[in-house]
Amino acid sequence: MEDLQSFQRIGYDLIINEIPEGSRVLDLGCGNGKLLEELQTTRQVDGYGVEISAEGVSMCLEKGLYCYQGDIDDGLADYRDNSFDYVILNQTLQHTKRPRFVLQEIMRICRNTIISFPNFGHYTMRLQLLLKGRMPKNSLLPYDWYNSPNIHLFTIEDFQDYCDMHSYPVRQELHFSVNSDSKSRIKGYRPNLLAEFGFFILDGKSFVSK
Amino acid sequence: MNSHPAYNPHSVGLIKTNYFTFGTPPDYPLVMKSGRTLAPVTLAYETYGTLNESKTNAILVLHALSGTAHAAGYHSLDDPHPGWWDIYIGPGKVFDTSKYFVICSNVIGGCNGSTGPSSINPETGIEYGIEFPIVTIQDMVNAQWHLIQHLEIPKLLAVTGGSMGGMQALQWAVSYPEMVKSSIVIAAASSISAQGIAFNEVGRQAIYRDPNWNNGDYYRTGVPGNGLALARMIAHITYLSEKLMHEKFGRRLQDTELYSFDFHSEFMVESYLYHQGIKFVNRFDANSYLYMTKAIDYYDLKADYEDNLLHAFESTTSDFLVISFTSDWLYPSIQSREIVNALRANGKNVVYTEIETDRGHDAFLLPDDRLERNISNFLKSQYRKMDL
Repeated sequence: MEDLQSFQRIGYDLIINEIPEGSRVLDLGCGNGKLLEELQTTRQVDGYGVEISAEGVSMCLEKGLYCYQGDIDDGLADYRDNSFDYVILNQTLQHTKRPRFVLQEIMRICRNTIISFPNFGHYTMRLQLLLKGRMPKNSLLPYDWYNSPNIHLFTIEDFQDYCDMHSYPVRQELHFSVNSDSKSRIKGYRPNLLAEFGFFILDGKSFVSK
Repeated sequence: MNSHPAYNPHSVGLIKTNYFTFGTPPDYPLVMKSGRTLAPVTLAYETYGTLNESKTNAILVLHALSGTAHAAGYHSLDDPHPGWWDIYIGPGKVFDTSKYFVICSNVIGGCNGSTGPSSINPETGIEYGIEFPIVTIQDMVNAQWHLIQHLEIPKLLAVTGGSMGGMQALQWAVSYPEMVKSSIVIAAASSISAQGIAFNEVGRQAIYRDPNWNNGDYYRTGVPGNGLALARMIAHITYLSEKLMHEKFGRRLQDTELYSFDFHSEFMVESYLYHQGIKFVNRFDANSYLYMTKAIDYYDLKADYEDNLLHAFESTTSDFLVISFTSDWLYPSIQSREIVNALRANGKNVVYTEIETDRGHDAFLLPDDRLERNISNFLKSQYRKMDL
């Protein structure tokens, strides 16, 4: 797992930009609570977190956040339908054991959801696999295959297909790469090849599960 | 003399137990959950630190089955042991008495200064014995409510406790939502498991079957020490984990190197339990033990709310910190999660964390950096919000 101290601020600016003041927000896999803390300071949100590590929960407590230590693979059932304005799944979906179930639960409990993930279709990934014949390992996915928490890797186009297949209404796509100063740079042109991270905002409110 | 730990700057120092009595006519008696009444009612309690002017820094500490009002400090300079949660209460400690006003209240039904089966029944002039009404967690909390009224504290910054104390903390937040800013529930449950009831019942049977028990009427004839000691020995096993016991005692023998091939206690763990039993008899009343275990067994928070835990928490306005321990098999984490899930479903503010430890149920009584840090940070943010 990532070092909780050096949790990267991937996509924070895009997320903060999207969330209106005073929203009720649930951050799944909130780590040390940095994003929630920033959302609380800049957007005065009602922030809640779910985090698998006890250390992460302790760090959230330090920041005065409410956090539940648990596995998001089975920890969402108790939340009521549409009970959060925003559910955030930032660089977390690829860690889940049952992404399909997690997404279904998120769509049930959220009015909106922000889902961001490392894009396995990025050209650096493709080149490493094509030219070296090795599992990609770089700043996006800095793990060896044997110690990676990323157990469900996918590309932006995979996720677009997935949303189509399940009739999840995509409200906005803001695929991006990260600058050295950790600011996000939107990649509008051929994102599946050129964006390091996928970024989807789905409309959970008007979604009715079949 | 100054080397006594009571003089340590982190100790609350020398402390006296206070007693508060209510229900003396013309006051109303305490109406118990069973429908019976109790009067007068005395509660033993101690306080540490100072109540601030706005009365926003009061924390009520609630004890477990065998606990007392004496949570911190020393009663005298001859006192070899401090209060039961002295590690956590004092200047600069988790419940920082230089910031917070900490109250520890004994429970009714106990035997450490509060009205219980060993108190004199004003109607008969002798000890209540098992004529004492059955006490529930709700009754304990209702009695404490009178104490908090008496102390003129409109809202508690926090109520907290472990085990049976955690049940009380939970009940406080449900029974008196307007008086509880936050609730810290440690190693507890909204109802004890069948396994927990089973262990309690074996303990009670040990007492019933002691010929000295005499249907609870033994205060002039000699206490059922064997039964009570046995009850304590059984219970003590449930407070530790298998791993901790193994580490602490293993298969080591006491005072001998070789098996004696007879039925004398020779394993270290045997003599440890034996010692725990004896120690307990000297400080606890067998009838109180029956009442306390019964209170735990009867506790079922959801039973008062159409058997639905979700409904139980609907009107609470308290914020919660719920903590469980991985090796606690008496109040396993799954029971804490049940509480937390019901709170989350109600959209309440709740922090839940499971502390990885081999120390079993009693972990909350021992020093633990993570427990200390989590409680201390939670209190800090609650105190900030309380002052707003």
